[in-house]
Amino acid sequence: MKKEYIMGNSAIALGALAAGVNVVSGYPGTPSSEIVETIYKYPHEGVYLEWSVNEKAALEVAAAAAYSGARSMVTMKQVGLNVASDPLMSLAYVGVKGGMVVVSADDPGPISSQTEQDTRRFAEFARIPVFDPSSPEEAYEMIREAFEYSEKYSTPVLFRPTTRICHAYASVEVEDKASPKAYEGFVKDSKRWVIFPRLSYQNHEMIEKRNPEIGKDFSGYCRNTCEGGGSKAVFASGISYAYAKEYLKDIPDVKLCRIATPYPFPEDFVLKCLEGVDEVICLEELSPFVEEKLLRTVGRYGLNVKIKGKLSGDVKAAGENSADYAAKVLSGFIGREVPEKGLSLSDMPPLPVRPPVLCAGCPHRASFYAVKQAMKGRRSYFCGDIGCYTLGNAMPLDMVDTCLCMGAGITMAQGFNRVDKDGVCFAFVGDSTFFASGITGVVNAVYNEADMILCVLDNSTTAMTGHQPHPGTGRTMMGNVVEKVSITKILEGMGVKKIVTVDPLKLSEAVAAVRECADLKGVKAIIFKSPCIAVTKPAGKVSISDKCINCKKCIKEIGCPALILSEGKVAVDKGLCTGCGLCAQICPVNAIGGEC
Amino acid sequence: MDMDILVCGVGGQGTVLASKLIASAAMSLGNTVHSAETIGMAQRGGSVTSHIRIGDNAYSPLIPLGSADVIIAFEPAEAVRNLMYLKKDGFVIVNRIPVKPTTESIHETGYDGVEMIEYIKKKCGCLVVDASELCGELGGKFYNSAILGAAAGTGRLGISPEALIAEIEGRVPEKFIEANKKVFSLGLKQAENFDL
Ligand code: SF4
Ligand code: SF4
Repeated sequence: MKKEYIMGNSAIALGALAAGVNVVSGYPGTPSSEIVETIYKYPHEGVYLEWSVNEKAALEVAAAAAYSGARSMVTMKQVGLNVASDPLMSLAYVGVKGGMVVVSADDPGPISSQTEQDTRRFAEFARIPVFDPSSPEEAYEMIREAFEYSEKYSTPVLFRPTTRICHAYASVEVEDKASPKAYEGFVKDSKRWVIFPRLSYQNHEMIEKRNPEIGKDFSGYCRNTCEGGGSKAVFASGISYAYAKEYLKDIPDVKLCRIATPYPFPEDFVLKCLEGVDEVICLEELSPFVEEKLLRTVGRYGLNVKIKGKLSGDVKAAGENSADYAAKVLSGFIGREVPEKGLSLSDMPPLPVRPPVLCAGCPHRASFYAVKQAMKGRRSYFCGDIGCYTLGNAMPLDMVDTCLCMGAGITMAQGFNRVDKDGVCFAFVGDSTFFASGITGVVNAVYNEADMILCVLDNSTTAMTGHQPHPGTGRTMMGNVVEKVSITKILEGMGVKKIVTVDPLKLSEAVAAVRECADLKGVKAIIFKSPCIAVTKPAGKVSISDKCINCKKCIKEIGCPALILSEGKVAVDKGLCTGCGLCAQICPVNAIGGEC
Repeated sequence: MDMDILVCGVGGQGTVLASKLIASAAMSLGNTVHSAETIGMAQRGGSVTSHIRIGDNAYSPLIPLGSADVIIAFEPAEAVRNLMYLKKDGFVIVNRIPVKPTTESIHETGYDGVEMIEYIKKKCGCLVVDASELCGELGGKFYNSAILGAAAGTGRLGISPEALIAEIEGRVPEKFIEANKKVFSLGLKQAENFDL
């Protein structure tokens, strides 16, 4: 064993390696991405590792490995679980042979997600167990236990850390060397592995009998804990346990119960916790999961215990908890004053706001600007998608009218076309998102004869989540260089007749391409091809000559963060400028020039 | 030792590296360490913080409000933004050089950091560092080591400058080690000459 100072996600990855995992697959998504990346960086001989094209693919790859007796892990963020839910729901009926852990990272806040959905709900919906770690150290151990339970009950299990676990660092004792588990291989048995209505019925019955047993088993699980004593109890799960512990560390006369396995609910354990208790508060994030379970338990056994939490209005319904919020809620619960700490800051001066923006030199800025220029004065719809380019919504670009979920821009553009025949409907999609969930949308457009323009913002990487490779990059997580999957060929194959590839940094060509496509019927595709500035060497820097008339057009039109005002005059921040040259093509008096 | 240190700045200023250096130095001295960083969307020119919690009595990965012993700020407004985390008798090490928000050129506010520095001075004990002066020609990429040096020089971190230098040697890419050590020692000297 050795101590390593690692992130929660790395603890999950190394815990899985220590548990002898054989196959790991996933799709990037904050806060889960570093799990697969950690496995890539650490020695993992004999382990198969891939970034899959999307979460559904990832889960299916892992499922077959688990059918064969291998241990498999699949990673994603919570909204990715929506994509993977189709195979997951069926897999829950079929079950597995080797241990299979589905890591779905929740994001209370939300800090970088579209929803505040709760993976614990998904576990109950799919009728499979879920593990909820409350620290990186615990996550390291718990992932192995998750594999063991999965094998014991031949079921896939969910593992749901939250952002504050995934991205917290701690010193974790990790095993020096681990080797992948030996496994039997797939044994054909169509009665077991082919899902038919009759099998589903039988297995549904089996699952409903089994789950209360797992609940009993979980009642003895070492990570469901009860500390302290008294007539008041705090039930907490995940990171909220750490927050509660922080507050209660000097207050012994309150019980602190941690629910590490919210489903199947460890009822026997909870009944023990409730002995001598007359009031409970539940501290949890996202949804009142434990609270509802407690209400049910109290109701079923006719206990005279008051349950407080989100449902009773004592805990906020949305957003993430914090140590301070926990202190506030818990001091109210036990009738203590909230200790006044820190400075009084009511006279704080207004602070500069720092919204995230597209990087200086980002080619997406140029793509959006070209479309904006070409469509001046025409009614158009700009359907966005998930990725860095969602930031195209910011002023002065203002080029994202909608953003719903991965791949939705392509199909929503078609929907707008159905209700407004004269509007020009655009869909902006990144290369990684195109592969993940854009392709079927394009087929839908071709088949149903939609008029739309697909703009693929191809920067040759998955930028938002930290530059993971994808099918278009020609690199895999096994370290192989493979043939790049061509977006153009895919589009041709699907029957898109008009496909143009332009360099967005050549503004007039890009504008002309958009204009041409806007006047054509059917599905048109423009591939704006230019690499992400974070993965290429900058071309140089530009400077502003004394021809500048200080009209500020460059700033007002594109909002590149490298264009600044210095003593009232437009200037270039040399530390940020990449020399993309977009501003030089906008300046009316040619005052901006390169010095490459 | 129980010690809560908050490192803050603007995305791209090297707060993450600085906090790794502090955390690993504290660990090398035999302490239990937890920390948490801003990761994701906010990294792009947004406000970033690292919370470092040293000692066995810390459970939450984030420092509770009013509990930080020290704030190390790479930017004046970011120091003020995080002052609510500081203890009543806490101490701030802050860089005088402002980072204008990326939207400044579109919506001018005239932000220059001066008001922020004044506010910090009014509220708590602090050491104001001019990282630009310390780093000279080396430039903004080395601000983090200069400020870290100054922080170490105040003696408030509970971590010796030697332990931090050892981490610089172990964690910074080879070709930047000397320059980082140089600005670190300049920061250190400035703090030592300062009447704390
Ligand atoms: S060339 Fe102009 S638009 Fe491009 S990064 Fe530099 S300042 Fe920004
Ligand atoms: S657009 Fe050209 S003339 Fe106008 S402010 Fe910018 S550099 Fe100067």
